Amino acid sequence: MREWADFTVQEAGGRTTIVLQGPLLVSTIGVIDRKLRDLTEPVQFVDLSNTGEIDTVGAWTVCRFADEHRARITGGSEQALKLIETVRENASTAPIEPERQPTFERMFTDTGEKVVNFGNGVIRFLGFLGEVLAAMGRLILNPRRFRMKSLVRQFELVGVTALPIIGLMSFLIGIVVAQQGAAQLRQFGAEIYTINLTGRLSLRELGVLMTAIMVAGRSGSAFAAQLGTMKLTEEIDAMRTIGVSPTEALVIPRILAAVLMMPLLGFFAAVAAIIGGAFIADLTLGIPFLTFLSRIQEVVPIHDLWVALIKAPVFGLIVALAGCYQGMQVKGDSEQVGLRTTKAVVQAIFMVIVLDAFFAVFFDKVGWA
Amino acid sequence: MSDEDDEILREEVLDEARDDVAAAFDGEFPIEIEGLRNSFGEQVIHEDLSLQVRRGEILGVVGGSGSGKSVLMRSIIGLQIPDGGEVRVFGKNTIGAEPDEQSAVRSRWGVLFQGGALFSTLTVAENIEVPLKQFYPELDEELRHEIARYKVMMSGLPEEAAAKYPSELSGGMKKRAGLARALALDPELLFLDEPTAGLDPIGAAAFDELTRNLQNTLGLTVFLITHDLDTLYAICDRVAVIADKKVIAVGTIPELLKTDHEWIQEYFNGPRSRAARETAGKSVDKPASTKA
Repeated sequence: MREWADFTVQEAGGRTTIVLQGPLLVSTIGVIDRKLRDLTEPVQFVDLSNTGEIDTVGAWTVCRFADEHRARITGGSEQALKLIETVRENASTAPIEPERQPTFERMFTDTGEKVVNFGNGVIRFLGFLGEVLAAMGRLILNPRRFRMKSLVRQFELVGVTALPIIGLMSFLIGIVVAQQGAAQLRQFGAEIYTINLTGRLSLRELGVLMTAIMVAGRSGSAFAAQLGTMKLTEEIDAMRTIGVSPTEALVIPRILAAVLMMPLLGFFAAVAAIIGGAFIADLTLGIPFLTFLSRIQEVVPIHDLWVALIKAPVFGLIVALAGCYQGMQVKGDSEQVGLRTTKAVVQAIFMVIVLDAFFAVFFDKVGWA
Repeated sequence: MSDEDDEILREEVLDEARDDVAAAFDGEFPIEIEGLRNSFGEQVIHEDLSLQVRRGEILGVVGGSGSGKSVLMRSIIGLQIPDGGEVRVFGKNTIGAEPDEQSAVRSRWGVLFQGGALFSTLTVAENIEVPLKQFYPELDEELRHEIARYKVMMSGLPEEAAAKYPSELSGGMKKRAGLARALALDPELLFLDEPTAGLDPIGAAAFDELTRNLQNTLGLTVFLITHDLDTLYAICDRVAVIADKKVIAVGTIPELLKTDHEWIQEYFNGPRSRAARETAGKSVDKPASTKA
C-alpha cells in the first residue's frame, strides 16, 4: 500500500501552522493537494520538519500553497528548500492550449478557410497537372531520360500483384449478379436473359468500376503514402538538388502504370465475373457452363468492350493523379501522410463514380446503348 | 473542512489511484547488466555485455556508429527483448517481468529519444501531462497543468512553448520538450539518446548545462548516449566505451586514456577530442569521488 502525504493544522498564539507529514512526492501528493486547495483560512507557517523525501511536485505543492497564503516555510531540509527555490523560479501561468476563438466566430473563419483552401487546392492541382504534362513533354523529347525500370516495377505493383484479389472479387460479383438476376427474371420466365445481364453488366460497368475502386484502395493509397513519406524524409528535396525531377522519376511512372494497367485489369475482372456467372448458372439454373460462355458472344455487343476499354484508362488516370497529387502535398508531420492518403482514396473513388455516370449517359447518347 | 468530507475526498483519491506504484530505490546500482546478448538475425550486436550504472552519476556511453549503443538503451528500457543475459533496473529483472512490475519501474525512468518523439497531435504541455495521467490519475487536473507549466520552464523553454504543437518547434526546442516529458514523473533515472545531436554548439552547450543542473537539483542518475566529445568532457562523471560487442572499459576520461585499446586511444586522442579537452579545461581532471 502506498504511503500518502498528510497534514495537520496547529494553532498557537493566534498563528496557524500547517504541519506536513510523510513523503512529498508525485506518487503521494494526490490527497493533500486537493485538501490544501480547499483550505481557505489564513495560514502563517508551513512546517516541513516532519516530511520525508521530496520531489519537484511536492516542492511545487508546498511553494504554491505558501505563496498563495503568504505563509513562511519552516523546517525544510536543504534538498527541500533547493527544490522549492527551483520550482518557484520556474513558475509560469502561460496557457497550455492554443487560444480558441468563440464558436460563433470560428464558424465563419472555418467556412472562409475552407473556401480559400478549396480555391488554393484547385490552383495547386492545376499546377500539378501542368507539371505532369510538362514532364511528359520533356520525356517525349528526351525518351532516354524515361525510367523504364521504375515503370515496369509499377506495372508489377499495380497490375500483376492485383490479379488474385481482383479475380476473386470479380468472380464473386459475377456469382451475385447472375444469382440475383436469375431470381428476378424467373418471375416472368426470362431466366435465359441472366446471360445478357451478367455479360453486359460485367463487361460494360462492373468490371471496370470495381477494378478502379480496388486499384484506388490498393495503389492510389500506396502512391500517396509513398510519396508523402518521401517528402517527409526529404528524399524528394534530395532528388531535386541532384537535378532529378520527382515528377519525371516518381509521378510519371506511376501514372503510366495505372493508365496502362487499368484496361487490362478491367478486362480481366469482366472475364472473371462472367466465369463466376457461368459457374453459378451451371449449378443452379441448369444452363451448361460452355453454353453460357458461347451465348455471351452472341448477346454482348462488341461496343460494350470498347466502352470498358475507353473508361478504364481514364479511371486509372484519376486514381493515379489523386494518389500522386495528395502524396506530393504532404508537409509537416507524419499525421499528414495518413490524412492525405485517406483523401487520395476518397477523392479517387468519388471522381471515378461521378465520371462513370457521365460516361453512361454519353455512350447512351452516341448510340452504344 | 469537516472530517467526513475529508474522508470522502481521501476515498475518492484512493479510488482513482493506481496500486502498482513502487517505492524509491536505494541500492547502489540502478542499472545492472550481465552477460547481455542481442542479435538481429545472423548479426550479433552484443555478446556477453556487462555494465553497472552507479546511483547519481552521469554515465556517458560512446561507441562507433552501429556499435549498438541505442540497442543497449532499448534493451534496458524494454523495447528490445535480448536473446540472453540479465538486465536489472532498480534491482528488478526487466526481461520477462510481470506487466505490473514493469509499469512500476516505468514510472521511475524518463526517456528522451533522439528526435524528441513528441506526440504530434498534442501540445507540449499535453505531452508532459500524458505520463502524469497514465501513472497518477488521482492528481487534480489543476495540479497537472501547473506541473506541466513549470516543467516547460525547467527544461529551458519559453513559457509560450507550452501551448505549441511539436510541428511549431525547432529541433532544439523539440529536444527540450522531450526532456520535459521525460522528467514529468520526477524520475530517478533518465535516459538520453544523443541529446545534443543536431544542435548548434551554443544550443548543445546550453543543453549540457541544463542536464548537469537538473541532475544536480533532482539527484538524477543519467544514462547518456552521445557522439559529442564536448558533452563527454563537460558533464559525464564516467564514460562507458562499447566496442567489439561489449563494454570494453568504464571509467573517467583520464582513466580511459590510460588503457591501451586502439579504439579508445583513437577516440580520445583524435584532433577533435584534444580540442574538446582544452575547452573543458580542468573538468577533465575531476576526481571520480566527487559524485553526488
